[in-house]
Amino acid sequence: MRRIPRLFRLAVLGTAASVLLTGCLGSSDSGSGDQDANRNSDAKKVELVIGSNSVKGGKSSAGAEFTEDVLIPKFVEAQKAKGVDVTVKFQGDGSDDEVYKQKLALSLSNKAGPDLFSIDGIWVGEFAQAGYIKPLTDTVGDAAKVDGWDGWKQIPDSVQQLGSFDGKRYGVPGGTDGRVLYFNKKLFAQAGLPADWQPKSWDDITAAGQALKKLAGVTPIQINAGTAMGEATTMQGVLPLLVGTGAAINTDGKWLGNTPQLRQVLDFYKSIYAGGLGDPILQREAKGRDKSFAEFAANKIGILLESDYFWRSVVEPKEGVAKMADRDSAVGYALIPASKAGGGIKGQDFVSMSGGGATAINPNTKFPQQAWELLQFMNSAEMVKASLDGAAKITQRTDVNTEVLASDPMLTFVATKVLPLTQYRPGMAEYPKVSAALQQATADVVGGKTTDAAAKSYQTAVEAAAGSKDKVTSN
Amino acid sequence: MASVTEPVPGRPARVRGPAQDVAGLGIGRALGFVAPALLLIGAFLVFPAIWTIYIGITNYRLTGVEAVSPSIVGLSNYTKALNDALFHNALWLTLLFVLGSATIGQNILGFALAWTMRRARPAVRRTVEGLVLLAWILPSTVVAYLWIAFFDRDTGTLNSILGTQGTAWLIDYPMVCLVLFNTWRGTAFSMMLYSSALQAVPPSQLESARMVGASGWQTLRDIVFPHIRGHVLTNTLLISLWTANDFSPFLLTRGGPNHESETVPVYIYNVALQGGELGYSSAISFLLLIANLLVALLYLRLLRRRS
Repeated sequence: MRRIPRLFRLAVLGTAASVLLTGCLGSSDSGSGDQDANRNSDAKKVELVIGSNSVKGGKSSAGAEFTEDVLIPKFVEAQKAKGVDVTVKFQGDGSDDEVYKQKLALSLSNKAGPDLFSIDGIWVGEFAQAGYIKPLTDTVGDAAKVDGWDGWKQIPDSVQQLGSFDGKRYGVPGGTDGRVLYFNKKLFAQAGLPADWQPKSWDDITAAGQALKKLAGVTPIQINAGTAMGEATTMQGVLPLLVGTGAAINTDGKWLGNTPQLRQVLDFYKSIYAGGLGDPILQREAKGRDKSFAEFAANKIGILLESDYFWRSVVEPKEGVAKMADRDSAVGYALIPASKAGGGIKGQDFVSMSGGGATAINPNTKFPQQAWELLQFMNSAEMVKASLDGAAKITQRTDVNTEVLASDPMLTFVATKVLPLTQYRPGMAEYPKVSAALQQATADVVGGKTTDAAAKSYQTAVEAAAGSKDKVTSN
Repeated sequence: MASVTEPVPGRPARVRGPAQDVAGLGIGRALGFVAPALLLIGAFLVFPAIWTIYIGITNYRLTGVEAVSPSIVGLSNYTKALNDALFHNALWLTLLFVLGSATIGQNILGFALAWTMRRARPAVRRTVEGLVLLAWILPSTVVAYLWIAFFDRDTGTLNSILGTQGTAWLIDYPMVCLVLFNTWRGTAFSMMLYSSALQAVPPSQLESARMVGASGWQTLRDIVFPHIRGHVLTNTLLISLWTANDFSPFLLTRGGPNHESETVPVYIYNVALQGGELGYSSAISFLLLIANLLVALLYLRLLRRRS
């Protein structure tokens, strides 16, 4: 009779103790500091998992297909020749980027997660600070081995930044991209606009929009706005416009607040969405971006600002999420003009924004040496070329770009015309919050607020994100 | 109140105090019986709740330096909530959502259905109950997608019915859509509850009400309602709490456009997953828990006053 209550008391105590013990969040050991980098290096049976935010038949389908159908079998074969029995699993995902990021972070915080995973270049800092990724030289344990990889010589410095933080390499970049203005040549012909359209100012864009407005059932211009599209609003909307006013979002550690340039961008948004040149409702829809893709493919949108992802994964005739069988003849692309000639950042006439991702190794992998081998294999010239599969993509490797550039006009255009004048986002921890504030400002304007009111609210949000007024410029 | 327990063979019956008397078992043995349940509740309810309270006083995030060494920031998450316009917005919208779809919508519609069905032919009644119940048992994701299709700007049934082609209901009137969706989805529960509650109304009283020529409203007010008041209270509390914590608005609108339908649970999700601010989202979760407890306490007081 007495044993049971004591047991019960023990159980209660145990629960309470575990609550208190685990109450010390974030133990100081945040990774593999004391792990042997050569653990399991001579294992004959190896299991690795590759994680990425792509899925067959869905988001970035081509990337998922390549990984599962080409990369993994080839790697397994190569290892077999060495007498090692490797199993590689692909862990796909098709979430919104932000959700994928938090899911991945949650796994990593529990010392779990895939052995290799792809992350957006602007997350590298946050993940490194959290100890979820370590400099490659630490994870692999042999600086000479890592730095001696011949692939580095093929990756331009600006692209290497996508996988670096504080001057250290945390991952191998997976190429980069560039943003352009896409336009529907069929609609342009109907509106009496040239097939080789190249606007030289924002006014030129507006003028083309006015001509397209005369076509029934056509939305002239789609420039992403609002909060629903998340980072797509920032990268395919605010930032390309902002660099077109000559301003950068962050200069010398100071964030751009309520300034004439920001108000100029918001005014431009207003002129489009209040002037009947864009569809304000689309910017408010939960799935607005996907819908804009579908509408463009259905010849219902005239001009759309997007990255080369749009060309190779969205309207791509065979695999795209919104296929256009006549893409090559019907879709034109032009450089994004500065607000006026010479008015862009560094006095440029044309501007763009670029991003990209990197593949990192999980510091808690059981097989760090084999993971590094796979990472090198993945980024070898042969595999990078295979991953293109004839699609346009600026790869991380100069040698591959040189070889495949000639055969693809879109790729050539981005690599030779866009990349030389592009800008990258600041890889700082506050960036996501600033980005959210920019999205909110466009949402306010599209929703009918005045530019001044939206810019004032933005200022408040940025000051909160930056932590103090001194870190924000305003005038 | 002391009680005499059933005599156990081989043991004299004893008079026990209430502290010892748990269905005639010793308290130790009784605890032994409930220990598995207590452990489960402890592991999956109490522990996460305590954990949430703890995270809520830190600046914990999933990424960045705060993921490794979060610092205790005291009540600053709570003061932030006090001044957070988006949180206030979420509170109002939640109140609107609860009052509109649960307290008023499901309650009144559920009762009306139960009242009209009570004398219908069993076949009719079963059919109607079956149809209404279908809405309730379908997974909320399925129901949400049905309604998204129903409200769609270009291909939606609603625009065809009303001849309002081109109206984007979910974007222009997101809260109206959410209230309609949730009313439709949850009416079944209220209807079933009131159907069984109405069985308790003595037919003789209804009969005499009819004899003296009482109006339908008088009959409801003076005869039916006193019999089912407890049911009304219970039902209102349950459906209101469910609705306040319901995450399905996310499926229809994700809280948009521009936070216009961002109820508290959706806001918590957006803060945690879109912004990564787990500390702040935990603090808001705790505030939601407190609000729910207050509602539940209010209800208990009302019940006590009745008895």
